[in-house]
Amino acid sequence: MKNCEYQQIDPRALSVSPLSAQNPAETKAQRPRRKWEAFPGKNRFFCDGRLILARQNGVLPLTLGLIVVTSGLFFAFDCPFLVEHLTVCIPVIGGLLFLFVVASLLRTSFTDPGILPRATAEEAADIERQIDTSGSSTYRPPPRTKEILINQQVVKLKYCFTCKMFRPPRTSHCSLCDNCVERFDHHCPWVGNCVGKRNYRYFYSFIISLSFLTSFIFGCVVTHITLRKWGSSGLDSSLCTVVELVICFFSIWSILGLSGFHTYLVASNLTTNEDIKGSWSSKRGAEESGNPYSYSNILTNCCVTLCGPMPPSLIDRRGFLAPDEGIPVASASEIELPPFTPKSEANMCTQSTKDVLERMLRSSDFHGLCPSGTPKTSPLVPEVPGAPPAAKPPVSSGCSRQLAHGAVVDPCPPFSKSIRRDSLHSINPAFRLASPSPTLSRSVLVVGDGPDVGFPPQH
Amino acid sequence: MSSFHNLQELRHSASLANKVFIQRDYSEGTTCRFQTKFPSELESRIERTLFEDTVKTLNNFYAEAEKIGGQSYLEGCLACATAYLIFLCMETRYEKVLKKIAKYIQEQNEKIYAPRGLLITDPIERGMRVIEISIYEDRGSSGSSSGSSSVSDSTAR
Repeated sequence: MKNCEYQQIDPRALSVSPLSAQNPAETKAQRPRRKWEAFPGKNRFFCDGRLILARQNGVLPLTLGLIVVTSGLFFAFDCPFLVEHLTVCIPVIGGLLFLFVVASLLRTSFTDPGILPRATAEEAADIERQIDTSGSSTYRPPPRTKEILINQQVVKLKYCFTCKMFRPPRTSHCSLCDNCVERFDHHCPWVGNCVGKRNYRYFYSFIISLSFLTSFIFGCVVTHITLRKWGSSGLDSSLCTVVELVICFFSIWSILGLSGFHTYLVASNLTTNEDIKGSWSSKRGAEESGNPYSYSNILTNCCVTLCGPMPPSLIDRRGFLAPDEGIPVASASEIELPPFTPKSEANMCTQSTKDVLERMLRSSDFHGLCPSGTPKTSPLVPEVPGAPPAAKPPVSSGCSRQLAHGAVVDPCPPFSKSIRRDSLHSINPAFRLASPSPTLSRSVLVVGDGPDVGFPPQH
Repeated sequence: MSSFHNLQELRHSASLANKVFIQRDYSEGTTCRFQTKFPSELESRIERTLFEDTVKTLNNFYAEAEKIGGQSYLEGCLACATAYLIFLCMETRYEKVLKKIAKYIQEQNEKIYAPRGLLITDPIERGMRVIEISIYEDRGSSGSSSGSSSVSDSTAR
């Protein structure tokens, strides 16, 4: 039987090796791919990975268009009159405001909001090992939560099934972008991107400056109309002025309201997500709102949110993928398949992997042997092709499988991804059926490693 | 760069036995800190004090990067005043500290961890979620027993 399993693998190894010899030549001929090209989330990239946008960004052109058109009409029709009758400062101020608004908007739209890269296979396996869950036969195990202490307040961390990790506090998974975003505020369709930790300050400056701009234009237009009515000349170009008036009037209420709301959020160090869910308001304890992230001072809250240090982007968009890895992370899906292997072989591959792993687990004869050529740079390529995360240990099982067909990087990951994403959930309970354990929907993990904590020291 | 060759040699001559993940410590909020709890898989490989020193130094680096104070406010206000265009030509303080961290980790790997058959991966490459420590077994020796023992411990779990 063992021979059977190994024989199932061998033909693939044989078919792979001449092609793998061919492949490096091909990849050398092709340009090296950057990581953004294999990004698993629903995002669009521009300028070779420098700019990132959500896939659903239909309203962003509308936002830009409204701003540009209204400002354009203002400069064209109102400014000449007002410069003549009032002061030349008006178009200058208007121009500066307009530039600031557009710069903030573009920065908000094209900045990575704080996307967390998905967990590597080994990391996911390690997390799985630490969780005690029941051996249910449903596809999706019951939601996993982990409780931790933050500033002596209990906070629940949820497990993200897509990204295969426990979400850090204040992180949420955006279903539109299919990414976990740190300090997730909301997904803004007007801006065409999520608003999170890294672009919240740009978003805030966008809405504040936009409120100023709309109020300014509104005020100028009203002044214009008033002066014209008092003056002798008739109301030519009245249509444009009316258009501006209408746009400004309707947008002022919503923009001012939004600015006010976000100012409140900034002052109390909350996110829209937390405010809507009422995460902290229900706890009427000794603290004013039970928000463990809030400093006691409104000014400090504002400064921290808006002027705090700028965290780096965690998704390395412009890094290069190694030629032999199809994807930088194990749980990616929907990437183009390498041309030489049909999907049916991939199915076989996954099934045979499962069988081999089961046998490996039962036998005591496995060593942690891996071909040396696989790890290239310090982030090790996930060497666990199609291995279920519940396999213990996944690394050596996968590696022993590689050992079975020689020192070749297992090509399974690139083309069994789409199967693997579903199979990872189904395989997991199947493995756990062997050892039923009591139903535990969560494991309480209190992390109180540091010294006794109060509010974070304010430097 | 002979020490770098040593690391490469480590990867080529040794084989990966296991990986240990040091998780984040959220007890003080969302600032970047890692747990200093000594993992049991490393007990036979490295002294506890060395490991704790490494993690504590990394925690200090991250605290320095995320420190809110005069300099970070100045940077933030300057950036806002220039409509955030200043980031096109200037490196943020966080990025400077990240470079320091990368250098520190490389140095630690070369001096302390590689000779013991361990390798630390920079947390930035794992989304700042974990410090990944890879445990290597020497392929030539029969020391795979310790590798498989740590492995069979986890199977027994």
